[in-house]
Amino acid sequence: MTDLLTRPASRRPPVEDRLNRRGSLEAREPGRPRRSLVVALVLACVTLMTLDHVDGGTAVDPLRRLVGEVYGPAESGVDAAVRPVVAVPHWLRSLHDLAGRIDDLQSENDQLRSQLATSDYDRNRLQEYDDLTATAESIGYALVPARVVGIGPAQSFSRTVTIDAGSRAGLKPDMTVVNGAGLVGRILRVTSTTATVLLVVDADSTVGARVGRSMKVGFLHGRGDLGQQARLDLELVDQTYVPAKGESVVTWGSQDGAPYVSGVPVGRVESVYSSLRETTQRAVIEPFVDFSALDLVGVVVPSGTTSDRSVIEADGRLR
Amino acid sequence: MSPLFPVPRLVAALAAVSVALVLQASLFSHLTVQGVVPDLVLLVVVATGLVHGSEVGLVLGFGAGLLLDLAPPADHYAGRWALALMAVGYVAGRLGSSGHPRVSQWLPVAAAASFVGTSVFALTGLVLRDPAVGVGELLRVETVAVALDVALALVVVPLTMRLFAKVEPHRVLAFTPRKRVERAPRAQATLTRGPRDA
Repeated sequence: MTDLLTRPASRRPPVEDRLNRRGSLEAREPGRPRRSLVVALVLACVTLMTLDHVDGGTAVDPLRRLVGEVYGPAESGVDAAVRPVVAVPHWLRSLHDLAGRIDDLQSENDQLRSQLATSDYDRNRLQEYDDLTATAESIGYALVPARVVGIGPAQSFSRTVTIDAGSRAGLKPDMTVVNGAGLVGRILRVTSTTATVLLVVDADSTVGARVGRSMKVGFLHGRGDLGQQARLDLELVDQTYVPAKGESVVTWGSQDGAPYVSGVPVGRVESVYSSLRETTQRAVIEPFVDFSALDLVGVVVPSGTTSDRSVIEADGRLR
Repeated sequence: MSPLFPVPRLVAALAAVSVALVLQASLFSHLTVQGVVPDLVLLVVVATGLVHGSEVGLVLGFGAGLLLDLAPPADHYAGRWALALMAVGYVAGRLGSSGHPRVSQWLPVAAAASFVGTSVFALTGLVLRDPAVGVGELLRVETVAVALDVALALVVVPLTMRLFAKVEPHRVLAFTPRKRVERAPRAQATLTRGPRDA
């Protein structure tokens, strides 16, 4: 504005018209800035930049503060209003993520929980497999591994269990069933996929046995009890022999290994009773096997038996 | 001589710039593309230049740029955006004065003005070593910024032009009278077509 006043009237007529190159009078194109205005504003910008450049911008700071006082609250207000809206896609995204993660964690949790619940079981089963393998090695027979899937009811008074291997696994009646600890029983009958095992603790079970150290033979009878108090009674053929406490008892064995193969540990002598009246003595045998917690068992099969599952060979390898 | 900014226009311009500034600082900072925020203030200045010519655009560009330089998130040397938006307003006014503000015509103008503005800002930054970034980074950011500005221009420029037309409904665009006199038949057709900014 100032240059308008200071300039001579001839150069800048009050009507804002001026002469063009062809010498004719022409109105200044409306809206076109005067050069002086441009220069002034550019200079203002440069001044501002210079002011801000020197001295760390202390000269501009009050201006910044002034503008900030006005626009800062507006910005924060809009931001506060806008943030929830802007965050919606993020929420949706993260909600989706979180839902997925919850699912993942849930399943992982379940898995871990079931692992936790079965870890002891698994460890025991692994131990049992190891033991079974060791048994196969130590007793020198091939074993078909099987698991106890059912235990006969106590009111039947017959101590039997069902295992999940049958004729397809190469099982036949009168096969010896062992586990990692020792003798379990013998197979009574088989189906194609299961077999019924008579436990040695059954009252009807009779097993030919041999006292390990002296090789004296006798017969083991079950009492029908399961659990910790399950005991076997050993009736020795030689009435004069008194087995020592703690002596281990193994199976005597029968012809062709049926129903019991020889040399399978059964238990150890817990106590000896002699009945003068009957002129016999009875040894109480504590079985090695915990019949109340049977799980993995092995069925002694002839080496080379074709089976629908792996067979633990006598040398401990799987076939 | 009519004032550059009659009161309604001043109020409208101030409101538009303020809203753009606040939105740019708070809303669009959430919607960045590679960290680049669309220059809403620049687009308001473009619209002003298109509607009211290069002089008004120049002055408003200076004022809006000054606000942009001083408003809270800014930490660069004050005056950089002022200079850049001056150029934007001027360019928009000059280029816009040669045609009718239809989308096909003002959109290239907006793109050019955006390019000029971001370039001037970047160049001043280079000269002043204000942000110590390389030219490659500047070019990348500038490309993204121009693309964003063009996209946002489709919304911001018509809105701002409509705002200016609303506060000064009787006013014809600054650059139109001479065209009408020069090309009467086409001007007639233009007149019957209705408001320009529609």
